[in-house]
Amino acid sequence: MTAFVSIRNLRKSFGTFEVLKGIDLDVAKGEVVCIIGPSGSGKSTLIRCINRLEPFSAGSEIRVDGTAVTSGRALAKVRAEVGMVFQSFNLFPHLTVRENIMIAPRRVRGTSRADAARQADRLLERVGIASQADKYPEHLSGGQQQRVAIARALAMEPQVMLFDEPTSALDPEMVGEVLDVMRDLARTGVTMIVVTHEMGFASQVADRVIFMDAGQIIEQGPPAQVLSNPQEPRTRNFLGAVLNH
Amino acid sequence: MDIFDTFLNVEVMQRTFPMLIRGLWITLQLGAASIVAGLILGLLLAMARLYGVAPLRFLTRLYIDIFRSIPLLVLLIIVYYALPFLGLRLSPFASAMGALTLVSGAYTAEIFRAGIEAIPKGQFEASAALGLNPLRMMADIILPQAVRIVIPPLTNNSINVVKDTALASVVAMPDLLKQATQAQALSANPTPLIVAAIIYIAFLWPLVAGVSRMERRFAARRR
Ligand SMILES: Nc1ncnc2c1ncn2[C@@H]1O[C@H](COP(=O)(O)OP(=O)(O)OP(=O)(O)O)[C@@H](O)[C@H]1O
Ligand SMILES: [Mg+2]
Repeated sequence: MTAFVSIRNLRKSFGTFEVLKGIDLDVAKGEVVCIIGPSGSGKSTLIRCINRLEPFSAGSEIRVDGTAVTSGRALAKVRAEVGMVFQSFNLFPHLTVRENIMIAPRRVRGTSRADAARQADRLLERVGIASQADKYPEHLSGGQQQRVAIARALAMEPQVMLFDEPTSALDPEMVGEVLDVMRDLARTGVTMIVVTHEMGFASQVADRVIFMDAGQIIEQGPPAQVLSNPQEPRTRNFLGAVLNH
Repeated sequence: MDIFDTFLNVEVMQRTFPMLIRGLWITLQLGAASIVAGLILGLLLAMARLYGVAPLRFLTRLYIDIFRSIPLLVLLIIVYYALPFLGLRLSPFASAMGALTLVSGAYTAEIFRAGIEAIPKGQFEASAALGLNPLRMMADIILPQAVRIVIPPLTNNSINVVKDTALASVVAMPDLLKQATQAQALSANPTPLIVAAIIYIAFLWPLVAGVSRMERRFAARRR
């Protein structure tokens, strides 16, 4: 297995509080990895380190497609290759849906306005909201906004997509439409690292499930193993609490 | 002799009006030039204050605090009457514009900083994750959103700058106020001063009213 994303001894502290305590993780090209774990276990911090939205401690190493995630040019290259979808969408409110999707190709890659617009319309088609292109984000439902956010990230044709609880801010009836888009995406072979509480999605779509607690990876493996037959007591406790609530 | 002959003497008005218009023109030039230069200076200061290396951040803060503390009249007199001792002799216009810009820039910097800080962190993160460099992030994402927040306070600041141009009459600038005082002396009648006051009000009232309207609208939208 050649690792597309490789994380070695990742440590991260906020002040004196160590949030990530030496994470080692390899993700292969095309692999779909779901990260689960209790609140505060460091899941968001972990994936935010991959595109260095969070700076991490010296001695830690993250590589994406062979490029070390540091700063300057190397970081720009990594960020162009890594797409991210946030829990709170973070669409740009002063731009229309189409412009939200066009901005990065135009400003980072120098794509022409016409090409970027065509690509945006194709992506909107793909996430099922072609008719909303000229609206502003505030006029869309949460589920539609999150699908625009996915299209916006895809516009840079990323090799890896990071999702941080993409459905946690949504009303229950809108969760399905976003998960469907993610399921389609997984089939196209994009590498995906997904922090989620959606156990159904994890068990159906993930190649591998990772259980984190207190800044460490406690257990990982195929979903059938980790979700249905967990070996570690902490995993069992967590799943028991999540599934019986 | 009634009050109209003293304060709103039509004959004096007609005679001195051209002088006042010349003064108004200089006031507007000085005001506009200082406002624009102050905006540029303020934006640069805000960037240095927010994103500069630590020593630069400290120096910018020092600058901003000093130039918000110094009375404009004192600064104006220093620039015009004290700098020549260092061999720097500026024209009245340059002195006045310099002093107005230095102070306006300090206020503008704080306005821009507050506007940028009001933009949610997620906007910065989404831009960074897409690969936008810091300049593009500012130009395309952050500032266009911050503009809505900063327009009312920036307009207020611009009103103050235009008002403060009147202080330039102490460095022999033939601005609206200076022309009005001269016209008053020539005609031995205070009418030109009253007319000048009316001209100031006529130009600034719409801006003042505009700010109130914008503030009401933004307040309504936030609800
Ligand atoms: N900017 C920050 N400053 C200080 N502490 C932080 C910061 N961000 C996160 N933390 C702390 O780091 C720990 C891990 O946070 P993180 O957001 O990664 O957890 P998480 O597993 O994503 O939790 P959740 O399921 O609630 O999203 C938490 O204890 C949190 O309080
Ligand atoms: Mg989280």
